[in-house]
Amino acid sequence: MDFDLTEEQKAIQSLCREFARDEVAPRAEEMDRNEAFPYDLVRTMAELGLMGLPFPEKYGGAGGDTVSYALAVMEIAHADASTAITLAAHVSLGATPLFLFGTEEQKARYLVPLARGERLWGFGLTEPGAGSDAGATQTRAVLRDGTWIINGTKAFITNSGTEITAGTTITAVTGDGTNGRPEISNLIVPQETPGFTRSKKYRKMGWRASDTRELSFVDAAVPEENLLGVRGKGLQQFLTTLDGGRISVAALSVGLAAGAYDEALKYAKERRQFGQAISKFQAIQFKLADMLTEIEHARLMVLRAAWEKDVGRDFALTASLAKLYSGEVSRRVVNEAVQIHGGYGFMEEYPVSRFYRDQKINEIGEGTNEVQRLVIARQMGL
Amino acid sequence: MKIVVTVKLVPDTNADKRIDPGTKRLVRTGIETVLNPFDEYAIEAALQLKEKRNDGSTVTIFTMAPETGKEIVRKALAMGADDAVMLSDPKLEGSDVAGTSYAMAAALKKVGYDLLLCGTQSTDAITGEVPGMLAEYLGVPGLTYVRKLESDGELLKAQRETETGYIDVAVKPPVLISVTKSINEPRYPSLKGIMGAKKKEIKSLALSDLGLERAVGSDGAKTEVIALASPDVRGKGKVVTVADGAEGASAIVDFLKEKKLI
Repeated sequence: MDFDLTEEQKAIQSLCREFARDEVAPRAEEMDRNEAFPYDLVRTMAELGLMGLPFPEKYGGAGGDTVSYALAVMEIAHADASTAITLAAHVSLGATPLFLFGTEEQKARYLVPLARGERLWGFGLTEPGAGSDAGATQTRAVLRDGTWIINGTKAFITNSGTEITAGTTITAVTGDGTNGRPEISNLIVPQETPGFTRSKKYRKMGWRASDTRELSFVDAAVPEENLLGVRGKGLQQFLTTLDGGRISVAALSVGLAAGAYDEALKYAKERRQFGQAISKFQAIQFKLADMLTEIEHARLMVLRAAWEKDVGRDFALTASLAKLYSGEVSRRVVNEAVQIHGGYGFMEEYPVSRFYRDQKINEIGEGTNEVQRLVIARQMGL
Repeated sequence: MKIVVTVKLVPDTNADKRIDPGTKRLVRTGIETVLNPFDEYAIEAALQLKEKRNDGSTVTIFTMAPETGKEIVRKALAMGADDAVMLSDPKLEGSDVAGTSYAMAAALKKVGYDLLLCGTQSTDAITGEVPGMLAEYLGVPGLTYVRKLESDGELLKAQRETETGYIDVAVKPPVLISVTKSINEPRYPSLKGIMGAKKKEIKSLALSDLGLERAVGSDGAKTEVIALASPDVRGKGKVVTVADGAEGASAIVDFLKEKKLI
């Protein structure tokens, strides 16, 4: 057994660490305050090759492995969760379904600009009435004379409305199906499709610089060939996509927790009360020790899930374990990080307050903690 | 044009540094090693020159470091350099500036170069003396503290920083040029660069390849470190609270007069 990263993985980690420290961290507070989508950071991430990190070079990607990708997301989340989710949602949710299920023609047309980071793409699964119950989708698409006519609404869709977004892949009911379960398929909906509109950005508690919108389809028409993958397999295809997505969200939780921990550690060494640095008090030491223990535990789980994916094993269970655990760890860590900061932690000028707000969605997005437990129980054969 | 960039591997600039009282050297264990930040400017300058000339010019990275430093050399390769040469030998340990420059010069003569680019200084010992000594040992012009560099046919046009202004110089290679931080903004290595760096060659040289005429390492050191100490913790500055800028200015003037500085 070897816990060392490869030379290449280390180089990618250190590149992302440098980028996050020098370019992302100094901007994070301002971006959060202004809810400003970081177009220039996306451009830099594209130049570095991060936006297509795990995709093969022939599709415009960098040909990296999942471990490297997880490391990249961790490092960026260490500085800013909004930038990290912009990257993670783009790679794991926006581009991945096209990579996994697209025809060569669809890949050439849609995936390549995404892997190069020139354009962004949304993943349209969730609806106002279909969250954890993702199969309850109400969006319908009817095939008429070689054209899909789509009607419905999608909610909380990341990267769906930026100036460089090229479209969204959605789930829609495309037929009656069997056993009372509707037939659900995936459709590629380019941004310029008539009848497809995006709401204004949501006002969010966290991830405020990321682009999240509601999508509406009113007789939106796309050609028949915009079906992605197999008709009727849309839900399975998206659930498969989410298995991989959990690794990146888990990585985001670990990175965010590590960022909050580092802030707390630094503050504890600087802050003096009762004549000494508060890091000298056992009450604070125990908090920091617990935080580090849990972060390292979560980090190992994420890297193991990523490694399992890289070597071609079934990684779904480990990815769920990692996602659930790291999400909960990040909550405990940001909570204690603010606690260590005392009153200053409640002030927006200290990064921990942003970490605290940014954390909560990690226990909700891409499968709530509760759904994660269901997925795990199912994997256990229960 | 064959461009060679000399780089040094230094302890992470963000890490707390300790000095071993016995050897009077920086403790390097337990601290991550990084590429000397000043050298990144030299690499960037080399890459820009290569890209601009677009005539098959090459960039070679040269370092004198233990073999464990290979990983860091790869970062320079990931930025876009073509290949690298490492001079590694346990006998080099403890070399002073003269010994370092002497050994490097002997190796660089073997490597060959038209333009030798260096960072101004390293972030560990910060002597800033290597570029000058290296030029001397190599017998080539040494242009230090260069903030602008352009290639113009056969010539290189450089602008040197001085204490009072700038000097514009044109020079015909072979030449050594050390660059300052104002010359450019070093690029990040891209993922493509990182993946590609694996395939690039890192050649190794040992002292036995060089045929040196004098000892290097601690035996050959002409200088001796007598004492090393951390700087005194600076006391609190004097804080003057005044009503407005004018009052503040006169307080500063009074203070400077009192110290006989004006």
